Amino acid sequence: MKNGRGKLRDDLLVGMGFALMLAALYMALVYAPTEKYAGAVQRIFYFHVPLAWVGFLAFLVVFIGSILYLWKRSVIWDSIAWASAEVGVVFTSLVLITGSIWAKAAWGIWWTWDARLTATLVLWFVYVAYLMVRGYAREESQGARLSAVLGIVGFINVPIVALAINLWRTQHPTALIFEGGLAPTMLVALLVCVVAFTVLYILLVRQATSLKILESDIENMKNLRLE
Amino acid sequence: MENLGYLFAIYSIVWAVIFGYVFYLYRKQRKLRREMDSLRDSPSKQEPD
Repeated sequence: MKNGRGKLRDDLLVGMGFALMLAALYMALVYAPTEKYAGAVQRIFYFHVPLAWVGFLAFLVVFIGSILYLWKRSVIWDSIAWASAEVGVVFTSLVLITGSIWAKAAWGIWWTWDARLTATLVLWFVYVAYLMVRGYAREESQGARLSAVLGIVGFINVPIVALAINLWRTQHPTALIFEGGLAPTMLVALLVCVVAFTVLYILLVRQATSLKILESDIENMKNLRLE
Repeated sequence: MENLGYLFAIYSIVWAVIFGYVFYLYRKQRKLRREMDSLRDSPSKQEPD
């Protein structure tokens, strides 16, 4: 159970997340100027890019959590990795959906087997496999070990997805953000959205991790009673 | 090229999926808390004689 200070901290974090998400909506839909050539549909960018960033962050946390679990065999690291994989899959699903709709608006097609898109789909499959290993493992410890290995090996895909636009010729737009290709107001709007989605990720992973730990405690209590 | 329908679709989907996931976590939390309470309330086989 959480004490008064812990509850207050949680409430503050939730309040901050809520305020940031409202700010992100305002920045993306009102503050940011309409792009000259693409028009209003370019505003998809302010959600699509932060979702992709949070997906990468989530899988980095899975990678670190998996290494620490195999090293220390701590249920906390396993729970953090598992929760982060779950949230990462939710966000990467949204990256694929928003990207597909953007492709339809910009290129006139829902999907193309372009290097960046295909690599992202492979990344999504890897972490869906991670969750399936967790879900279908006969024993909790066996599932934790196998998924930890998958969480470490699967992370190889993240730099491949990130660098795909530089390694291969793709239809996907290049990273204008780091090349000074964005108007300052657009950059500010994007940064607010990135911060908002990062705080949302932290909130979701905290909640999902505490549930995984509670689930594990319940399993342990049941096993103790059966012995 | 305005395509406001696509923009609306994307923002709606993103929020629907995020709220869906939050709702899933909330339901799971309620289920686990109920389970934990019933385990605490039920007598254990390992109670001292």
